[in-house]
Amino acid sequence: MLLTDVVTALGLQVLTSGVDLDHEVRSGIVCDLLSVVLAKAQQNDLWITIQRHQNIVAVAKVTSVAGVILADGIIPEQAVIDRASKEEIPLLAAKESSFVVSGKLFALLSSGEE
Amino acid sequence: MNTNFSYDVHAGDIEQGGSASAALKSELRKIGICEEQARRAGIIVFEGEMNLLVYATNGGTVNATVTSEAITITIEDAGPGIADIDLAMTPGYSTAPDWALNLGFGAGMGLVNMQRNSNFFEIHSHTGKGTLIRCRVNRRKNDAAD
Repeated sequence: MLLTDVVTALGLQVLTSGVDLDHEVRSGIVCDLLSVVLAKAQQNDLWITIQRHQNIVAVAKVTSVAGVILADGIIPEQAVIDRASKEEIPLLAAKESSFVVSGKLFALLSSGEE
Repeated sequence: MNTNFSYDVHAGDIEQGGSASAALKSELRKIGICEEQARRAGIIVFEGEMNLLVYATNGGTVNATVTSEAITITIEDAGPGIADIDLAMTPGYSTAPDWALNLGFGAGMGLVNMQRNSNFFEIHSHTGKGTLIRCRVNRRKNDAAD
């Protein structure tokens, strides 16, 4: 499933500008510990977190995740959004908790497999 | 022909955290390194630069050399050094301060992640002098991390 379809289905707010959303979402990872994300995240996973600082951009970049969903209505500082736009990492915001967002994402990706 | 990349990491400069790894990964992809090897090198450097930023008194340096055979990454600082390397290499062990824990660091996986993504890994440390970590990512196809 394409990221742009996930954004629409989950009602996510796209924070970054000019970043391509037409790439595949493989699966997801829910984690706030950066080293665990580095160890576990696979290319094209969608990463759900409540971390909002600059370093999430680098973690997303080196792991080649499909994008980052900030849960709980968290909006990072503009500098973080700008850095993500520069590195072409989609930053997305969800009003719901990580639990709810991951449940919806799991259901969505599972329905695509049928 | 060898290609070299070098980055300075400043102690406590959390705003710049991750910039060396992100930059190196971009450079490696530009010179034709495959995604998997660039990713492994990026993870090694991210963990290394975070260690410099959080623990090293005066920060340190990250150097990467690319040859036709391998990507070799060297991470070096001038202290305070690691008293017990075996303990520091234990998954889950961390001495990260509260401010770093609050930012999602300190999972106790940094050195372990570096080792797991390397085909060769060595660490030398002396308290009061500093720490040197050298990691190699082989460029042969299908040469997964050890």
